[in-house]
Amino acid sequence: MRQSIIDVRNLSKSFDISSKEPGLKGTIKHFFRRQTKSLKVIKDISFEIKEGEIVGFLGANGAGKTTILKMLCGLIYPTEGSILVSGYLPFRRKENFLKNITLIMGQKQQLIWDLPPIESFYLNASIYDIDKFEAKKRIKRLSEMLEIDEELFMPVRKLSLGQRMKSELLAALIHEPNILFLDEPTLGLDINAQRNLRKFLQKYNKETNATICLTSHYMKDITSLCKRVICVHEGAISYDGKLDLLLKKLSPVKEILIVCRSEEDAIKLENSGFTVKNKTKNEVTIKIENYSITSSLKTILNNFDIEDLFINEPPIDEVIGEVLIKKDYDI
Amino acid sequence: MIFNLINRKIFTLLKVQYSNMLEYRVEIALWAISGIIPFFMLNIWTNNNLNESINISDVLLSRYFLCAFFVRQFSVVWVVFSFEEDSLMGKVSPYLIQPLNPFFRYFAQHLAEQITRFPFAVIIAFFFFIFNPESIWMPNLGILLLSILSTFLSFLIQFLIQSIVACLCFWTEKASSIERLLFIPTLFLSGLLAPVVSFPAYVKSWIYFTPFPYLIDFPANLLSGNETNISGGLSMQILWIFLLFPLFKKIWSEGTKKYTAMGS
Repeated sequence: MRQSIIDVRNLSKSFDISSKEPGLKGTIKHFFRRQTKSLKVIKDISFEIKEGEIVGFLGANGAGKTTILKMLCGLIYPTEGSILVSGYLPFRRKENFLKNITLIMGQKQQLIWDLPPIESFYLNASIYDIDKFEAKKRIKRLSEMLEIDEELFMPVRKLSLGQRMKSELLAALIHEPNILFLDEPTLGLDINAQRNLRKFLQKYNKETNATICLTSHYMKDITSLCKRVICVHEGAISYDGKLDLLLKKLSPVKEILIVCRSEEDAIKLENSGFTVKNKTKNEVTIKIENYSITSSLKTILNNFDIEDLFINEPPIDEVIGEVLIKKDYDI
Repeated sequence: MIFNLINRKIFTLLKVQYSNMLEYRVEIALWAISGIIPFFMLNIWTNNNLNESINISDVLLSRYFLCAFFVRQFSVVWVVFSFEEDSLMGKVSPYLIQPLNPFFRYFAQHLAEQITRFPFAVIIAFFFFIFNPESIWMPNLGILLLSILSTFLSFLIQFLIQSIVACLCFWTEKASSIERLLFIPTLFLSGLLAPVVSFPAYVKSWIYFTPFPYLIDFPANLLSGNETNISGGLSMQILWIFLLFPLFKKIWSEGTKKYTAMGS
């Protein structure tokens, strides 16, 4: 039984937001009398994350995913509720807690812009009390995992976004944290760079058993890394559980394209009682419920002369998109 | 042990920031040149024979303004502007979750910049002596060391004052406007435009209770060999540091609770 490394109970966060009416009148009014209101962006959420888990936080823009991550890593102070991360209250920012975590924000960099990344790595190593010899070993190991080499010695401003992101990761992981908070780490990266980054995170998780909390708008990041997702809708949790369960619940049918050897067989199949989506000459697309897929396919293969067959998964972006706009999922 | 670790961090920070500053050497040369206000003031004073009213010779006055230039070169602080920008752009967030107060980064940045500035300041002083050969003098080693210490303490006072103002970013976002208010007394009361000894008696009766005369006037008088109360001046500098440091710590700890990590 794995232990909980993150324990969040009835957590809420409010921000004071000032509002201004448009136009000159609004500007003058705003100058003399500021209207501020308290906006509750996180509403009474609770969850636990176990050691070694990779959890994806899903939600539309402004749903509160990043605010949750910022509270988990101690960057901002919660308004109500409790958070325990690795046994620490994050907002106290105790040295041992900070040595255990890292936060990576896509497009936000901590590397020194005009110097090669290697300088920032050694700087971070000394900040985390890692001696030079050990730092050298870690830089070598992580740079091999991330497949970066000569980029380490080029000024950061000369690196491509992908190379920079890899260097950011190396800088953020040099102290070998147990908990990684990743806020849209693949933002702006091309498909290959995204895939490499995902591969690296999987490997890092496997080798170090690190816990990873991830937000991303790229569904591929979520589906290839996270078994569990927490869906956030307007500051509240709308779903917390396994990703495949959510997908099964949301898309209970699969589409199957069947290519028959003759048009007669295609007509026979069309009239055999399956739900037909469309038919063209000798091709028929039918919809089958997930639970009956094996038996239905057996029937089709036994009774019709089939040349080829394609099972299509429902487009995940559409399925997840539905989650982001709904308030509650009871699965 | 803890002191050694902090030392190692600061030393590495300093090394990295120095490499970074060397990338901006032309900019730093221009900054050094832009700090020549004391020489303009010297010109105004000597051309109008204003020094006669305060019984300071031309030579001593020119040494004073040269020293004021040096003290200013090695005590200039801009942390409020850096912190405000980093805070508004969300750049301070990654530093906040590292086991080192982000102000150490700014501190190292300033020290590295001072080291980079040094050769340019020496070149400017060299040209000053070419045009004012009668002002050449050599302070004794003890005075030189005390002046370096006093300049460093002046830098610490200014760094702490600006850091306290910078922390107001957690509440107001535009803390630099408060710094601009502080700039006026710093400019007029520190001794950058005129030695404090030339101020009216009623100003002199209270000015020594403020930190301003210890920023430029005291270290510049000490280095230039003018009459000054060395132990009194150093004690006041240390006293101000002891008063400002806990205030900074308090405002920092309260401010970080207000941090909203905007821009990130």
